[in-house]
Amino acid sequence: MASRSEVHPIAGAADVVKVRQVARSWALELKLSLVDQTKLVTAASELARNTLDHGHGGTMRVEQVENGLRRGIKLTFEDKGPGIPDIAMALRDGYTTSGGLGLGLSGSRRLVNEFDIKSEVGRGTIVAITRWK
Amino acid sequence: MERIPILKLGDFLLVTIQVDMHDQLAITLQDDLTTQIAKHASRGVLIDISSLEIVDSFIGRMLANIAAMSKVLDAQTVLTGMQPAVAITLVELGMSLSGIKTALNVERGMEILRQFSDQSYELQDANGFQE
Repeated sequence: MASRSEVHPIAGAADVVKVRQVARSWALELKLSLVDQTKLVTAASELARNTLDHGHGGTMRVEQVENGLRRGIKLTFEDKGPGIPDIAMALRDGYTTSGGLGLGLSGSRRLVNEFDIKSEVGRGTIVAITRWK
Repeated sequence: MERIPILKLGDFLLVTIQVDMHDQLAITLQDDLTTQIAKHASRGVLIDISSLEIVDSFIGRMLANIAAMSKVLDAQTVLTGMQPAVAITLVELGMSLSGIKTALNVERGMEILRQFSDQSYELQDANGFQE
């Protein structure tokens, strides 16, 4: 069964807000609980900002996924930026290259059920997260 | 430029965040608030976030910055009305906002600001503060 999906650009600060709204409306449609919606939208906000600030912009794909009887929302953030040389380091709480709090990657990982990151130096980064209902 | 309005009420400044904040708006609010605190010699800042549906690490950092800056400018910050789902998410994200005073609603927030303001005046009296 082909599941629905959409791709949204992340090219400016307004797109971070837009991405939050998209994640919210998909989470609402799946009838995720308010707490789960909030976690997914917050993670989307963190990752969209990473895509913009570190990846020099990119896209977010949103799709409804199924695993047996379970349904969930999967968000995939992709950029063609400089990539992350040391992913283990980047996933640590408090690690930052931008003067922020260093909670973007590590924190958003805690907010979702599945978190997958692939990065190649000079090629870009792909982060996929899923929140199951 | 888009701005979040800051209301002056006696010794205090009131801010109600009602829009889905983009990053620049958050930075502008931080700048505007510190300017207003200094201008009016405000004793307290109340920020109501009851209509905010998310607080991510950027907005969280901005709120913590405002609290820290206003403290340096001798004003107390109280954050009011955080939705339970937002509080749960924020703590799980790794931000406990431990440096910020919070209250469940605006009414209690104002009470905290008044107490703080009275206390600091009493302290000045006890120290023989004279004009």
